[in-house]
Amino acid sequence: MFKILAKEVLSDCVYKMVIDAPRIARARKAGQFVVLRIDENGERVPLTICDADAVAGSLTIVFQAVGKSTMQLGQMEPGQSIHDLVGPLGKATHIEKYGTVVCVGGGIGIAPVYPIAQAMRLAGNKVISLIGARTKNLLILEKEMAKVSDELLVATDDGSYSIKGFTSDLLKQVMARGIKVDLAVAIGPVPMMKAMANLTKTYNLKTMVSLNPIMLDATGMCGVCRVTVGGKTQFACVDGPEFDGHLVDFDELQKRLRTYNVQEKTAVEKFQHSPSCIDLAMAAQKQVK
Amino acid sequence: MPKEKIERQKMPEQKPHDRIKNFNEVPFGFPQEIAMKEAQRCLQCKKPACVKGCPVEVAIPEFIKLVAEGKFVEAARKVKSTNALPAVCGRVCPQESQCEKVCIVGKKDKPVAIGSLERFVADFERNTNAVKIPNIAEKKNIKVAVVGSGPAGLTCAGDLALKGYDVTIFEALHKTGGVLVYGIPEFRLPKVIVQAEVNYLTMMGVKVETNMLVGKVATLTELFKEGYKAAFVGTGAGLPMFLNIPGENLIGVLSANEYLTRVNLMKAYLFPEYDTPMVKSKKVAVVGAGNVAMDSARTALRLGAEKVYIVYRRSPEEMPARKEEIHHAQEEGIDFQLLTNPIEVLGKDGCVRGIKCIKMELGAPDESGRRRPIPIKDSEFEIEVDTVVVAIGNGPNPLLLKATPEIELNKWGNINANPETLATTMKGVYAGGDIVTGAATVIEAMGQGKIAARSIDKYLTGG
Repeated sequence: MFKILAKEVLSDCVYKMVIDAPRIARARKAGQFVVLRIDENGERVPLTICDADAVAGSLTIVFQAVGKSTMQLGQMEPGQSIHDLVGPLGKATHIEKYGTVVCVGGGIGIAPVYPIAQAMRLAGNKVISLIGARTKNLLILEKEMAKVSDELLVATDDGSYSIKGFTSDLLKQVMARGIKVDLAVAIGPVPMMKAMANLTKTYNLKTMVSLNPIMLDATGMCGVCRVTVGGKTQFACVDGPEFDGHLVDFDELQKRLRTYNVQEKTAVEKFQHSPSCIDLAMAAQKQVK
Repeated sequence: MPKEKIERQKMPEQKPHDRIKNFNEVPFGFPQEIAMKEAQRCLQCKKPACVKGCPVEVAIPEFIKLVAEGKFVEAARKVKSTNALPAVCGRVCPQESQCEKVCIVGKKDKPVAIGSLERFVADFERNTNAVKIPNIAEKKNIKVAVVGSGPAGLTCAGDLALKGYDVTIFEALHKTGGVLVYGIPEFRLPKVIVQAEVNYLTMMGVKVETNMLVGKVATLTELFKEGYKAAFVGTGAGLPMFLNIPGENLIGVLSANEYLTRVNLMKAYLFPEYDTPMVKSKKVAVVGAGNVAMDSARTALRLGAEKVYIVYRRSPEEMPARKEEIHHAQEEGIDFQLLTNPIEVLGKDGCVRGIKCIKMELGAPDESGRRRPIPIKDSEFEIEVDTVVVAIGNGPNPLLLKATPEIELNKWGNINANPETLATTMKGVYAGGDIVTGAATVIEAMGQGKIAARSIDKYLTGG
C-alpha cells in the first residue's frame, strides 16, 4: 500500500498528489512513469512522475480526471492509500549539455515536461519553456516551470491569460529571434505534439515527444502500447515513452487511443461523476492544432 | 496387478454447451474411487520410464501406489518432495509428450492418467486442509533473490527454502504467479490454486515482494550490495511477436498476451465491476495454434463471441498445443482454418473488419524439422472478423536485461546460460524458464528452476 501524503487541486479536474514510495523516489529519473492500481478492482493506470524527493521518499504525480480511474483517484484524500504502485518505468530522458533546449508543455503535458526541464537545466542547458492551456483555469505549474527555466513564455488559446494563441505560436516567436536552439522537448495532447513536430521540422530542430498510448502491464509484455516510429513498431513502455517527434505516426496513435472509448464512457457513467468534468476532459482531448 | 483389464478412467467435465458460457474449470477432477481405480492400472515398473520423462522427476510409481491404497495425503507429500506445484502441473503439463508418452501401459493400451492423478492428490490435500510445512533444513541466513514469480521462480524459491536459504521473490506485477495468473485462463487453471501454491511457499518462509521491478528500482548489482549472495532470473516471456503484415495496428488487433492479461489478471470479463475494459467481439480470429492460441480462442467464446477461428499456417499434425486443449477447443465449436496464413488485416474506420488469408501447402522440412508451409498461388480469401488475436510467440522480457549488461544474451536475445548449471555470465546469477529457453512449458520452466536451485546451493556452499 502506498500512502497519499498530500493533495492539491491545480485546476478544474487536475490534481497534484504526493505519494509515499521511497524506493521509487530514489530510483526515478526524468521522463519515467509509474503504474498504479487504486484498489483490488482497479485497472493499471500509467502516470508520469512529475517530481520526487529522494530524502523524504516521496514522489509527485499530476493527473487530469478524464476517466473513471483518474476521477476516483482525484477523490482520494491524504491519509488514504493506493493499492499498488510500480515504477520507475520507461527509459529515462537522455540528459546532456546540448546548449539551448526548448521545453514545450501543453495542458496536462506541462506535468511531464517539468522534470525534464529541471534535469536539462541541472545539466547546464539554457532552458526556454513554452507552456500553454486552453484557458487560464487550466494552466498548471506555471511557478514551478518558471523556477527551472531561464525563460518562460505562456499562451492561452482563448487569450484569458498572457499571450493569446498556441504553444506553436510561442515557438515561432522564439525562433524569430534567430537564436540557435539545439533541442526541443514537446509534450501534450497528440494533436499538439503533431503540430509541434510539423513546425520544428521546418526549422530542422530535433524534437523529442513523450507518448501516452494505452498501456496494460507496462513492463514489456502485452504489446498494446505499440507505436509506429520511423516505419517500425516500437513499444512505448520499454522503448519509450520518448521518441523522435519527426518519426512518430501521430495519426495512428490518435486512432489507437480511441480503442476503449465506449467502455470508458460506460465506466464513467457508472461512477456518476459530475458531467462538467467529463466535458472539460473531452474538450481538452479534442483541442486541435 | 489386477486380473481384469481396467480401462483408462475419464475425468468428468463440464459439457461444452454449458462451459462456453462460464469461466469455471472444465474438468471436475477424479472422484476418490475413480482415482483409486485408475491408480491400479499402474504396473509399478522397477525401472519406471515415466520418471525419466518428467523434467522434475516426480516419484510417479510410488505416489500412484499410495493412491491405489487410498493414502491420498501421503501420495501428495510424495509428489511434493520433488514438485512444489502439483496442482498446477496436474492441470497444465503436456503429459502426453512427457511422463504418459513413455508409460509402459501405453504401449498396448492407453497410458496411466498420471497428470489427472497428480491433480487429484494435490487437490485432495488442499481441500482437506492437510497441507503442512515440510521439513526444512536448518536456517543458513544466506539471502537469495528470485526475480520473477512464474513457475521457474516459484520452483527455484521453493527448493532453496527447503535447503534453508533466506529467499525473497521479486515480482514486477501486482500479483504472483507470472504466466500462471496472467496467461492461463481460469477455466484451465483456477487462480485460487496458484495462490494456494504461493501460500505454501510463504508458509515455508519465502518472502514475496510484488510491484518490485528489479533492473529499474534496484539492479542485480545493487541487490548484491544489499546483502543478497545469489540471484535467480526467471523473468519469462516478454514483448509479443507480431505478423508484420499491413493493418496490424488497427483497433481490434491484440497480442494474445494483452488479450489474456486483460481477462485473467485484470478480470476484464467482469467489466465494469472491474475497471479494465475489454474489446467487444462478435467474430474473432486467433492466429497461431499453440496452447496460448487455444486459450485465447476459448476465452473469446466465453466472452460472448459468436464465431471464433483458429488460423494456422501448417497442418493439424504440427499444431503445438496440448492434445487435450485442441480437443476441448474443437468440442466447443472453434473453427480451425488450417494451412491458412493471414497476409493482411482489413480495416474500416480504423477498426478491424476482416483478415485476408492465403492457402498454404507443406513443402520440404525447414530448420525446425517441420515441413515448410508454402503459399498456394491465387488462393487468397477473406474471413470476416472484428477482432484478431495474434498468438505466435514472444521475445524475452527486456526489462531486466536492458539494465544488466553483465548478462550475456544469445542471438535470439535470450540469456546465454550454461545448460548444465544455468549459470549466467554474471557471477552468482542463474537463470531459467522462458527467459533462457524461449517459449516452453510450465514443467520445463520448473525443471530449470530446480537445476538452478541445485547450482545456487552448490555455489553458495562452495561444493
